[in-house]
This record gives sequence, structure tokens and C-alpha cells, in this order.
Amino acid sequence: MKLKLKIWKQKNAKSGGAFETYDLDGVAPEMSFVEMLALLNQTLAQQGREPVAFDHDCHEGICGSCGMYINGYPHGPVKGLTTCLLSMRHFKDGETIVIEPWRAKPFPVVKDLIVDRSALDKIQVAGGFISVTTGAAADANAVLVSKKKSDLAFDSAVCIGCGACVAACKNASAMLFVSAKISQYALLPQGRPEAKERVRAMIAEMDSQGFGSCSNTGACEAQCPKQIKLFNIARLNREYYKSY
Amino acid sequence: MITLNSKIPGGPLEEKWTKYKKEAKLVNPANKKKLDIIVVGTGISGAPAASSLGELGYNVKVFCYQDTPRRAHSVAAQGGINAAKNYKNDGDSVYRLFYDVIKGGDFRAREANVYRIAEVSNQIIDHFTAIGVPFAREYGGTLTTRSFGGVQVSRTFYSSGQTGQQVLLGAYSSLNRQIKAGTVTMFPRREMLDLVVIDGKARGIIVRNLITGEIERHSAHAVVLATGGYGTIYYLSTLAVNSNASAAWKAYKRGAAFANPSFVQIHPSSVPQMNEFQSKLTLMSESLRNDGRVWVPKAKGDKRPANEIPEEERDYYLERRYPAFGNLVPRDVASRAAKERCDAGYGVGPTGLAVNLDFRDAIKKQGKKAIEEKYGNLFEMYRDITGIDSYEEPMRIYPAGHYTMGGLWVDYELMTTITGLFAIGEANFSDHGANRLGASSLMQGAGDGYFILPYTISNYLAPEIKVPRFKTDTPEFQEAEERAVERINRLLSIKGKQTATDFHKRLGKIMWDHCGMTRTEEGLTEALKLIRELREEFWKDLLVPGSADELNQELEKAGRVADFLELGELMVTDALNRRESCGAHFREESQTADHEALRNDDEFAYVAVWEYNNDQPPVLHREELKFEFVELKQRSYK
Repeated sequence: MKLKLKIWKQKNAKSGGAFETYDLDGVAPEMSFVEMLALLNQTLAQQGREPVAFDHDCHEGICGSCGMYINGYPHGPVKGLTTCLLSMRHFKDGETIVIEPWRAKPFPVVKDLIVDRSALDKIQVAGGFISVTTGAAADANAVLVSKKKSDLAFDSAVCIGCGACVAACKNASAMLFVSAKISQYALLPQGRPEAKERVRAMIAEMDSQGFGSCSNTGACEAQCPKQIKLFNIARLNREYYKSY
Repeated sequence: MITLNSKIPGGPLEEKWTKYKKEAKLVNPANKKKLDIIVVGTGISGAPAASSLGELGYNVKVFCYQDTPRRAHSVAAQGGINAAKNYKNDGDSVYRLFYDVIKGGDFRAREANVYRIAEVSNQIIDHFTAIGVPFAREYGGTLTTRSFGGVQVSRTFYSSGQTGQQVLLGAYSSLNRQIKAGTVTMFPRREMLDLVVIDGKARGIIVRNLITGEIERHSAHAVVLATGGYGTIYYLSTLAVNSNASAAWKAYKRGAAFANPSFVQIHPSSVPQMNEFQSKLTLMSESLRNDGRVWVPKAKGDKRPANEIPEEERDYYLERRYPAFGNLVPRDVASRAAKERCDAGYGVGPTGLAVNLDFRDAIKKQGKKAIEEKYGNLFEMYRDITGIDSYEEPMRIYPAGHYTMGGLWVDYELMTTITGLFAIGEANFSDHGANRLGASSLMQGAGDGYFILPYTISNYLAPEIKVPRFKTDTPEFQEAEERAVERINRLLSIKGKQTATDFHKRLGKIMWDHCGMTRTEEGLTEALKLIRELREEFWKDLLVPGSADELNQELEKAGRVADFLELGELMVTDALNRRESCGAHFREESQTADHEALRNDDEFAYVAVWEYNNDQPPVLHREELKFEFVELKQRSYK
């Protein structure tokens, strides 16, 4: 396959950026999107040109490192996949592909397609935990948890923290991300004792990091590679009201 | 010259750890905050270590190369985490877990260490549950378990096929709690370039800020390496592509001995390589072998689609060779059997380097829905990668480099041969012998970090309370920084024609061909030569675009490959030295009449511990393994 790639190039957070166009030949349909980019970089390096910087690591859709807009969609046009699992089978020979970094104020561009997502960590630091010190736990079966609730908590806990929800949102809201964590702990009895403090602290931090408001459009859910559901946001709102 | 003292406490097996804890020195709470500890790595041993040391009140500095600690590669562990809870009433116990790990490791691990990890395994499950890890549950609300290869009980706790993610995020949440409390400071996007040793003790590290390229100095009273394994030396492996050996390798070159470097687990079921640009092999969980049947055609070079090959023309070779364990033989055995069939010309798929993992019979018997419930996410992942629907036709799988049992040598206190330098989790060699059992890596990592290191490090730090905080302007820091900068400049100045990836692929092939699933004297000797030649070529013809004072991913790769080119030689040297087969280490010269691994306990019941010796060949030290509590037996799965 032969492709035309329009890729955002930006030296660092302070400089401006612009699209650069690359012609790439020899793309195999069974390559993943990040392998295609690695092929581009290999070609560029051999030509003495600067490679495109992008984050990727596990190539299994679980670490959350990768993430970029591909033709306008976070993680590309196929539902439920991270960029690293997106196969080039989904693209046509001769196609032009536009590739950009996440666009959100709280995610400043670090270089090319790499953005700084530490704002998500800061929200977790504010309250995304259960305060149990190592060694203090009772036997794991001392507290019974219904399978239904536990499974629901797991469904929320599968968030990989890639930031696609923020990138998909026209307001750059982090509500889906925050609500997934809040839901996981709200559903488990272990998370109840500090539920009030947690939801207030995480929301306050989310706001102070500059994420936008949620207007229930649902773009986050549509683009989430782990298909985290919108009802987590409803649960977050309920938890927040309950905390006052 | 180093001297090995494993410091194993005396007395009965089940009393050793209790005795150690009773006698270990403690640090007064007020003094803890005067003591600095560096932890490198935030996976399932690093994050637990950092958070629990922070909870105790030490001043902890944590480093990782990722943009956030939550992305450490433990996140990708699928199957589960073992513990001796005996919730299933099926006869499990601490002793049985200990015995399974010792036997699974083919009797090449220390009894005392393995018993200790089995002892703390239950606390790990209690702790993770208390901090909100959603393990799978029964309808009655209790935790459930499943079975894994090589054991006869059901002791594996899990969260679907994403257990690693769930426990890692649990550990990450505890880490965040300590960051908020101010006891832990997090330094993401930092790569360790060197270890600083002052008066024989580990006192700091040199790191590169991967965003700015700045070189930083960090000092501490003790340094903990939780930097994982080195399976990416094969280039294609199940590991995250940025996983690397550099931190451990730098420690080795500063004097931390390396143990059993050739002990590498080759996982039997990964998605086979599909093209030359592939950078990673994706694991398909061992649990699939509960229902999937492994087969190849009976006829050599049979290229018909799998579904067109009738039953009587299929060779279910695992069931044929190992009637007792069938498709659930341990990983090393399953991997070698697949390689044997493919090498003999019976492999399937476009490359002939794959075998079928067929769910046809299971689907017929249990229904598609039952299979979907158990393995849905794995079938989906397989389809995403290959475009093949495994409900309709078999998966194609092939072995891939996975986990390294070898690592930095540590004593019972998890301290390396450098005083004050600790190694935990996969980075050390301690618990899995020559082969790791499924679901034991999360157990060992978390156990080291939460429940072992906090005790042993306090025993070391107790006398250190009078040592004031270290300044980083000492000659030792200066020298280490200069060394790191000098190497970066050297990598950048070659300006050759081949990228780090080009060299990595070639090294990977040498390692895979000669120091992979099976090894021979001849092949290993050849590999030594090839690695040396490749290393020479690397330092003459490497191409690294860009500069040192910016985010430069090619430069990062180059440094890691440079270290792999040295580590590869040590792995081969170790494999050459061990003229026996044990666990994952299979020397073709040492096999039984029916091609099983043949141990040589008289000559090789030891840990091979290698000491760096500058430009001279490394010095071999032997830590004899004494089996006081179990009897050495030949493993059999027939």
C-alpha cells in the first residue's frame, strides 16, 4: 500500500506547529497503525530526516500510551480500538491520512504527536484511591460484594487513561475519565467510607486543571477504546450531589 | 571480588521469615523522614514498594520512563495472581504453593525465598481487595479463582483477562495517595543512565529527562531497582516495546552481580509474526489451553485451510506426547513441542512457523456463548490483529520471548551485591528458578514490594539514620554523569547508516536462533561470535538522528540496544556454562531418550552468578542450592 500522511509536527510546547506531508510506500495491510508510523520513522531516519515523535508501548491496547487523531477520530475510525491495535486493513491504497495530537488545553503538546497528560494523574492524586495502609486489610472475603456490583465496578475500572474521551469532547471535558474512577469506588463497599471526600476532591482538581464542562453529547463514549459507558457520568453526578 | 552471602535465616522452613522479622532492625518513625529512598520503576513491584515505604514515612523518590506510573508493563499481565487462600477447599496451602513454584522452576530456586513469597501471597489478595481491585467474584459475594498450568489446585485470583491492569492500577492508586501525602515524589519520563556508588554503597542515580534531554542527579540512602525483565532483547517479544534492561545492566557494570541470565521463559501462545515490520508479539493467555486443542497436520507441508483437514489427518501432538497433562503442560514444554513440529516441517500459516489452537470441539460441547464468556476479549484481540474469527477457524499461535527468570542476584533481604542497592520483582532472579508458573509474576512483584522489602530495607537503613542527606556535587556523581553524557555523545557522533532498530532486529534474531527455546554448544559459540561482530558494527555504523537536548526517541532506543548488545553476550555465556537442561533452559545435548529436559543436579544445582570484570570475561560465582526440605525429582508431565 502507498499512503500520503499529513502529520502534525511541533518541536516543543513553546513553539508553533504545522502539518507536514509524507509519502509512504510499502505499507502492509496487516501492520498496525503504530507499526506503519514506525516504518515511516525508519524511512525518515535513513534519509537523514527527523522522525515523528509519538507515544506507544504495549501494542496490546492496555497501557494507554498511544493516542492520536486519525482522520479526525481519536484512535481512528474503528470503534473500540486503540491506535496500536488499529490495523492498516481499514485503510485504502493511495489514501491520505491526517494525523494530529490530542487537542485539549489541559494536554499541551510536548512534541509532534505527544501530549502531556499529567493532568489526569493530578486528578487521581487528588482522591482516586482508598485509604488503606499496607498490612491493615482484613481477609479478602470478610466483606462480601455482589457479583453484579463487582462486575460493574470492573467495567468502569478498565479505563486505560489514554485521554481519548477528552480529545473527543468539544469542551475537552474529562468527565468520562473521572466518572469511571468514581464509579469503580462508589460501587464497591470498600470505597464508600471516603466517597464524599473523593468525589469533591477529584472534581475540584478536574476543574482546576482546566478541563471543560460536560454537556452530555456522548462523543467520549463513542470514541472510548475501552467502551466506558456514559452512565458512569450519571453516577458521578449523583455521587457529587450526595456529597453535600 | 564479590563474596556471596545469601543470608538465609536458619531453622525450619516455615519459621525463617518470622524469625527474620523478629530480629530485623527497625527505624524510629521520626527518623524515617530523614532517610531518602530511590525507587526506579513503577510496575507491580515498584509501585507497591514506593507506596508502602511512603506509608511508613520514608522520603521516597520514584522514577519511570513512561509519562505516568500507570503504564508500566505489569499492566499487560492477563491471567491472574496466585495465592494460597484455599478458598476452594481443594487442598491448597502455603506449603503446596511453595512446592509447586519450586518444582515448576525445575529445582533451580532458593527454598527459603520461595517459601516466603508463598507465605505473603494471601496478604497480597487481602490488600488489593481492600484498596478496591475488582477481582472476579462468585454470586454469593466471595472471591473466585481459576486454575493455571502445572498445578492441581485452583488458586489464581483474576479480573477477566486484565488482572495485571487491575492490580497495577490498584498499586498506582496507593502511590497517588502517598504523592498527595507528600511522602512520595514522582519523576515520570526519566530514564536511569547510571548508578552512583559512594564508599561501596549505592547512593544515587543519574537520569535523563526524556522530554528536555537534561541530565539529573538524585541521591538517596538506598536505591531500589524495580525495572522488570529483559525479554525485549529478542526484539520480538510479548513485552512492551520500550521495556529494557538498561537500569539493571548499569547496576551490573557498577558491581551488582547478575544471576542466571540465560533463564528466559518463552511463552507458547502468542500471535505469530506476520511481517518483517512487526515490532511486537501479542500474548494469548495460557488460560486458552483449558479449552483449545493444539494441533498441526499429520502431513508435512499440508497447506490446506485448517477446517478442510479432516480429524484423522490432524496431529494433536501435545495430547499424543503428554497424555496426563495434554494441552495444559507447563509453558517451557509446550513451547519446545511447538518448535519441534514447526522445525520438522509441519507448521501452519503463511510462514510455517505456527500451530493451530482449535476451539471447535469446545464450542461444539459447551456452545459458543460459554466460550465467549470465558475468552471473549482474547478472541476479539486476536481478530483485531489478524482479521481471523477464531470461533470459525483455529487461532494460529507460536512461542515468543516473555519473562526473564534471571536477573540481578539478591540475598534473602533482596539486596544485590552492591550494599544498599535492592532489586525487586522481575528485575531480580530470586523466586522462579528456571521456569515461572503462570500467575506467579504478579504475586512475586507485589509480595516483594508490599510485604518483604519494607522489612529488609529497614534492617539496612537502621544504622544509616546518622548519615546526613547526600549532596549531589560529589566527585562520584560528577564522574557518573560524565560517563552518561560521554556515552550519549558517542552514540550521536557515529553518524552511520543503520538505525538502532536495525541492530535490535539482528541481535534479536541471533538470540532467538541460538539462545531461545533450545540451545547447543555449537549454536551458542557461534552466537558469541555474531554478537561481538554486531556490537563492533553498532559502534561504527549506528545512525541516531536529532540531538541530546530534546525529546529523542531514537537516542533512547540506541542506548537500550547498546546495553542489550552486552547483555546478550552474558546470556549466551551463561547458557554455554550450564551444560544441562532445566526448565526453560534446554541444551540439546542434555535430554532424555524421549526428548525431555535432563537436569544434572550433581554439577549444576547452583545459581550461576556473574560478576562484571571490565573488559575481561565475567567472573562466575556459584551459589550452591541446598534442598533441605524438598526432594529433587525429574519433572514429568506424561
